[in-house]
Amino acid sequence: MSVSGDTIREIAQLARLAVEDDELPALTSSFNAILDLFEQLQAAPTDGVEPMANPLDASQSLREDVVTETNQREALQAVAPLTEDGLYLVPRVVD
Amino acid sequence: MSYEMVIGLEVHLQLATRSKIFSGSATTFGAEPNTQANAVDLAMPGMLPVLNVQAVRYAVMFGLAIDAQIGKRSVFDRKNYFYPDLPKGYQISQFAEPIVGGGRFAFNLPDGTQSEVGITRAHLEEDAGKSLHEDFHGMTGIDLNRAGTPLLEIVTEPDFRSAEQAVAFLKALHSLVTYLGISDGNMAEGSMRCDVNLSLRPKGSDTLGTRTEVKNVNSFRFVEKAIHCERVRQEDILDDGGSIVQETRLYDADRDETRSMRSKEVANDYRYFPEPDLLPVILSDADIADIVATLPELPRARRARFEEAYGLSGYDAGVLTDERAVADYFEATARASGDAKLAANWIQGDLLAALNADDKNITECPVQADQLAGLIARIKDQTISGKIAKQVFEAMWQGEGDADAIIEARGFKQVSDSGALESMVDQVVADNPDQVAQYRAADPAKRKKLSGFFVGQIMKASKGQANPKMVNDLLIARLDPDDN
Amino acid sequence: MSVTDSRSLTELAQALANGDTSSVALTEAALTRIDALDGALNSFITVDRESALRDATAADARIADGSAAPLTGIPIAHKDIFCTRGLRTSCGSRMLDNFTPPYDATVVERLRSAGAVVIGKTNMDEFAMGSSNENSFYGPCKNPWDLNRVPGGSSGGSAAAVAAGLVAAATGTDTGGSIRQPAAFCGITGLKPTYGLVSRLGMIAYASSLDQGGPMARSAEDCALLLEAMAGHDPRDSTSAQRPVANYREQLAQSLDGLRIGIPKEYFGEGLDSGVAAVIEAALKEYESMGATLHEISLPRTALSIPAYYVIAPAEASTNLSRYDGVRYGHRCDNPKDLEDLYTRSREEGFGAEVQRRILVGTYALSSGYYDAYYKKAQQVRRFIAGDFASAFESVDVIAGPTTPGIAFALGSKTSDPTAMYLEDIYTLSVNLAGLPAMSLPAGFSQGMPVGLQLIGQHFEEARLLGAAHQFQQRSDWHRQTPKLELPA
Repeated sequence: MSVSGDTIREIAQLARLAVEDDELPALTSSFNAILDLFEQLQAAPTDGVEPMANPLDASQSLREDVVTETNQREALQAVAPLTEDGLYLVPRVVD
Repeated sequence: MSYEMVIGLEVHLQLATRSKIFSGSATTFGAEPNTQANAVDLAMPGMLPVLNVQAVRYAVMFGLAIDAQIGKRSVFDRKNYFYPDLPKGYQISQFAEPIVGGGRFAFNLPDGTQSEVGITRAHLEEDAGKSLHEDFHGMTGIDLNRAGTPLLEIVTEPDFRSAEQAVAFLKALHSLVTYLGISDGNMAEGSMRCDVNLSLRPKGSDTLGTRTEVKNVNSFRFVEKAIHCERVRQEDILDDGGSIVQETRLYDADRDETRSMRSKEVANDYRYFPEPDLLPVILSDADIADIVATLPELPRARRARFEEAYGLSGYDAGVLTDERAVADYFEATARASGDAKLAANWIQGDLLAALNADDKNITECPVQADQLAGLIARIKDQTISGKIAKQVFEAMWQGEGDADAIIEARGFKQVSDSGALESMVDQVVADNPDQVAQYRAADPAKRKKLSGFFVGQIMKASKGQANPKMVNDLLIARLDPDDN
Repeated sequence: MSVTDSRSLTELAQALANGDTSSVALTEAALTRIDALDGALNSFITVDRESALRDATAADARIADGSAAPLTGIPIAHKDIFCTRGLRTSCGSRMLDNFTPPYDATVVERLRSAGAVVIGKTNMDEFAMGSSNENSFYGPCKNPWDLNRVPGGSSGGSAAAVAAGLVAAATGTDTGGSIRQPAAFCGITGLKPTYGLVSRLGMIAYASSLDQGGPMARSAEDCALLLEAMAGHDPRDSTSAQRPVANYREQLAQSLDGLRIGIPKEYFGEGLDSGVAAVIEAALKEYESMGATLHEISLPRTALSIPAYYVIAPAEASTNLSRYDGVRYGHRCDNPKDLEDLYTRSREEGFGAEVQRRILVGTYALSSGYYDAYYKKAQQVRRFIAGDFASAFESVDVIAGPTTPGIAFALGSKTSDPTAMYLEDIYTLSVNLAGLPAMSLPAGFSQGMPVGLQLIGQHFEEARLLGAAHQFQQRSDWHRQTPKLELPA
């Protein structure tokens, strides 16, 4: 399996990353080398094997429905790049 | 061409938990921006979700109420996409293994006929924040207070064929979830939001046409209108030989039209995969039994019981059981007053009208159920007439106290003293000789009608407090001496 | 110039208790050493002088009034992946170069309450993605045994700082070997606990189902001391194990008589450097002499751990790193022209090349049409790998082998070929996939560079591993060797 530069651009768009033209050939070749490595997986006979999402066979513990957090806006927004009137600002969003 | 409309609904229901689904932040509506958005909700580095037990309970309650399959093992997944109101860049949702599987939901259409729809699934997920488009130097402001509010997404089969049916379903669903107490059902605050999937096909065809999804329709009326305009739009396209583009659209209530959502144009690949920060949710039979024990009587069962136990008509029982709080109010009034019929009449009539006029819901009603029962008791024991009762009710509504106090204070007590009534009758007969002559000359069959004049005069003279039945008896005795 | 301090945590705690030294003295000495040596090593990203000295003064007061906890007054360092309240936490990335969290990670909080003085934050591969520390926005950390070589990664700064005697202990995280491999390269002892033993809250996520924090120090005894403070259920981490913390130090003295050690033949095949092999074989002989028995075992899917890991970890990482969007914290590009530009440029500028490559690979592995062939397949293979370990543990108590195929490699020697770099992790990755505890301890030298012996245990059997390592360290002094730092003039 190997991918083209165009596919890499599409993936980059999904991941919100930019790929400069001059980076593309090297990125494509390292990407394809990694996919070659992945090909080894196909040899494993995994039909019917339950995927293992978590290393421990545990189940979710549940939190009581209690409000434990107080307003931390000032501290949390101290690290924000751009806020106004308590809101985070981003370039205009069009629906 | 004549088309059949096929509609499926996705309802996003905010669950009435105190804290968020994955964090200990409050879920109160209307707080100052970002004051209820804490480190977990903001997806600060290193923060992790922990699941709220109440969200799980509520989801299971819903599943039990519609006899759906309960997922004894359910799994949270990440749904990945970038949007400023989605702080992690993914929404924690359930994809392959939802907490509630398939079920059926029965409801009544406005004409009383029964309808039923398939529920495909219902799953837990987190709500996103809000984008505010007021002018911030041409920028958008993001408020993440709502981010992480628990949602139950209820997905129906494409079983609806009309807007009326879809709206009737939504009303019944609203009734159910507020009965269960799993949501406040406040549509104006976005507690129940609806996406409408709609397609058309030629009548008689059984293959589905291309559908569109109209997002975020937030009132029953808008659902009806959105369905109507999307239907017309699709019909026009198909009639012109065009084809429908599968897309997400937005209902614009101001213009009463749907339009394509540009922000959703870029084809998304949500890359669902099991959320590694959460483990599978496992429910034992004992866990489920505990939740069953908390289920209240549901609207349809209560309606049937009201018909049976109180002798109410199907219609009356329907109105009274539509909202759990109204049904509770009715039962309390009926019990305290000992007269279910009068209680039903008063609640459906004056009480609901007054609430409506003041734009209040039953939980904000200034007249308590035992107060209304007190009023009904005075009607039953003939202390006051039905007409005076309306004035007493009005006074109770204004906070003037219980029925007895108002009757006492205003001297509303019905006059049933035959001596006092007789002298009133004498007076009215003496004052109106012409009418008396006319009455006596009349054919006995018409006399009843003519007697109304005298009753009216007496009620006027007594300011409505004369006991109408006694007045009537005395009048007839006085005017028809020959017959005795 | 100050000499390095090669005392262990246990020795430092003793010296403090006896009044032979003070926390302020230890902290000042550590700061002096950092000033002198870290220009060359680059093991720290941030040093918190004022706060460290303030905490040291407070620690001395506690020691004086008899309320000292086990680590009270001892300066330690945290890998810069652990959030520290009021102290910049960069995760080795430009993305978080300006990020000062208003909260502590659970690990940081617990070590604080055990009395440790936080002296600073150590260098690392960006977002823990790397095996050489060369992927740090702050420049590579160097190996104290040879400044031309890498210290390993991603916890390279912690390993180098401990090896160089700047601090006696540091925290690390291990997603595919990031504690064990740098511990091996730098000649220190490091433990990757069972998945779920140490809370991940406030530990910046790389791959959630693999990440695990752990101690890095000179000896197994020191690791035991640190782990007692770090481990334990955290209700704020859903994947945190609900079991009591063992008293690891009490169990260090266990006898190795009859301990069955499994030797996976796949760990001694092609690709293993002969110098490393010789050191490991000698160490295993030492174990035999202590009463342990050696048994050849097979972990047949070892080679598959590389593709499985390099699918799963980037897939999880690709979405874990979506939160870095320039909106609420972290790097934001100048003058974004629209929302897409804000996202794309902030992320492009904020993330380094390897991080971007892994995000792309991970995004691809999860994308529609490829999910089954990559992500799902890798998670199925993961179950096989875990099963291989489970079978092996039916007949042995611990598994031993080399931590790495070779000694620390030269800076820049593998940066051009990411897949060659990935192959370096062959002996460590499968442990993370299976969620097992494992440690690396110094076992000797090859070409003048340290070699690490890896011990792998069953889930939650950290005590057995620490005991086995401690017994070895009672009989050897490899862990007491210190590099002679050759500083530039």
